[in-house]
Amino acid sequence: MGRTIIPIGPYHPLQEEPELFTLTVEGETVVDIDVRIGYNHRGIEKLSEMKTFENSTFVVERICGICSTSHPFAYTRAVEDVFPMEVPIRAKYIRTIIAEGERIHSHLLWLGLAGHFLGYNTVYMWAWKLREEILDVMEILSGNRNNYAMFKPGGVRRDIKPEDIPICIRKIESILPTLDMLKKAVLDDPVLHARLKGVGVMTYQEAIDFSALGPTSRASGVARDVRKDSPYGAYQEMEWDMIVTSNGDVFDKAVVRILEMFESAKIMRFCLEHLPGGEIDANIKDVPPGEGIGHIEAPRGETFHYVKSDGTNRPVRHKVRAPTFMNLPTYKATVQGETISDATIILAAIDPCYCCTERIAVKDTGGRILYGGKDLIQLSREKTDRIKRRMGVR
Amino acid sequence: MSLKLKALLKSPWVFHLSTGSCNNCDIETLDCLTPRFDIERFGMLLAGSIKHADVLLVTGSGNRMSVERLKALWEQVPKPCLVVAIGTCAASRGIFKDSYNCPQPLDQIIPVDVYIPGCPPKPEAIIAGVVKLIERVGGSQ
Repeated sequence: MGRTIIPIGPYHPLQEEPELFTLTVEGETVVDIDVRIGYNHRGIEKLSEMKTFENSTFVVERICGICSTSHPFAYTRAVEDVFPMEVPIRAKYIRTIIAEGERIHSHLLWLGLAGHFLGYNTVYMWAWKLREEILDVMEILSGNRNNYAMFKPGGVRRDIKPEDIPICIRKIESILPTLDMLKKAVLDDPVLHARLKGVGVMTYQEAIDFSALGPTSRASGVARDVRKDSPYGAYQEMEWDMIVTSNGDVFDKAVVRILEMFESAKIMRFCLEHLPGGEIDANIKDVPPGEGIGHIEAPRGETFHYVKSDGTNRPVRHKVRAPTFMNLPTYKATVQGETISDATIILAAIDPCYCCTERIAVKDTGGRILYGGKDLIQLSREKTDRIKRRMGVR
Repeated sequence: MSLKLKALLKSPWVFHLSTGSCNNCDIETLDCLTPRFDIERFGMLLAGSIKHADVLLVTGSGNRMSVERLKALWEQVPKPCLVVAIGTCAASRGIFKDSYNCPQPLDQIIPVDVYIPGCPPKPEAIIAGVVKLIERVGGSQ
């Protein structure tokens, strides 16, 4: 049968970020997929190296709007890893609260968008309406709906006022019944069962082979979570469950995310109720020479930051690896063999975040950065000119 | 006022265009459509194709790859079309001013009618900005 190539993107109504999917199809069946990204690359690692350790926190916050806690969290942990130091316990609790609030709003956002892609706009509207409540909690705690600016190396920038705590707990409790209703509506719906079960299956072995992270891997039975495996923040202080399912299809990915929201609400509530007193900032002065790594469990998987210091007030090297970078290749396992109409939801099922991922620039062996077709042509022409000059040809 | 512009202001269909943003402004733009803010009550509708757009909501600082696409898309929009730059990145490139991959601010590429500052601007600010634009265009002639 003849093969057809269907380009999706870079500007399409499916996802709000620009990216280009090239689906190769035989009839209705997708046989190959290619993803082209680069529409979001802003050179954050280089920008971070131009700024001081404290100012870089604000740059990494703007890597991604949805993960605007995960990146500063991993970055500050990397800086703190350069020298042996301990963050005050109150700061750890506040960090955990902000990180879990972000997880709830990110999962709700995904759930809404997934419903939207399936033509189930009621779920979209419900989930996003519920998300506003969590954003209200975040606004009370941090002063902003999305970019919280709470993190700094050595602690947090802003304390939680005691009078705000009951309001926040009440708000979190008030969303739980609606969340429960949403859970039942999604998990018991026969249409969603028919639409999502057995679609885009990633087996346990494939999840291991592709090194999938976060809910994408936990839906395939890989019990991997940085919060459990290498505890940070206040996660070891309380009881909570890691959600692992075994089928690996899109339905299970939705189940993992929905159940994780309940765990996050539990963690947030515990931290708010048991918030210890004391300092919120360790007041670090100079960062000694050395290297540090920081990794945390973002809503989409493990976020990893590496920082190298030479004793000045700026990082010499700053490397970021976002979870979507690892989850993107799993498309090869999940989309191939499915129909085009299912491809939409499978592509969305890993909760892709391209602006997180685009930390890479293509370099040639000379270390020169190549940006795209136009720049390649420019470089090629320059080279021709150089050779012409060397040969004396006009 | 031209008939085209007059008809456009009645029920402006918006198209959302991200030129390399961090997602935040995009999500706040989508937030405007959801129950709490619900801009559809003003007759605004998110258009699926740029060929149906009356108002472009542009976010992001614009990098070398997306700027080329932005120029190509600007050719396809039926004119007259109003452009709203949402967020500090679209208005002035903000924190990404010194980046090697963000060569030009948005208003040097396409004409911008309204700037909405903020990182990200709240949905209220986005709605207020679009309403201000409609009032200004409608009232000036």
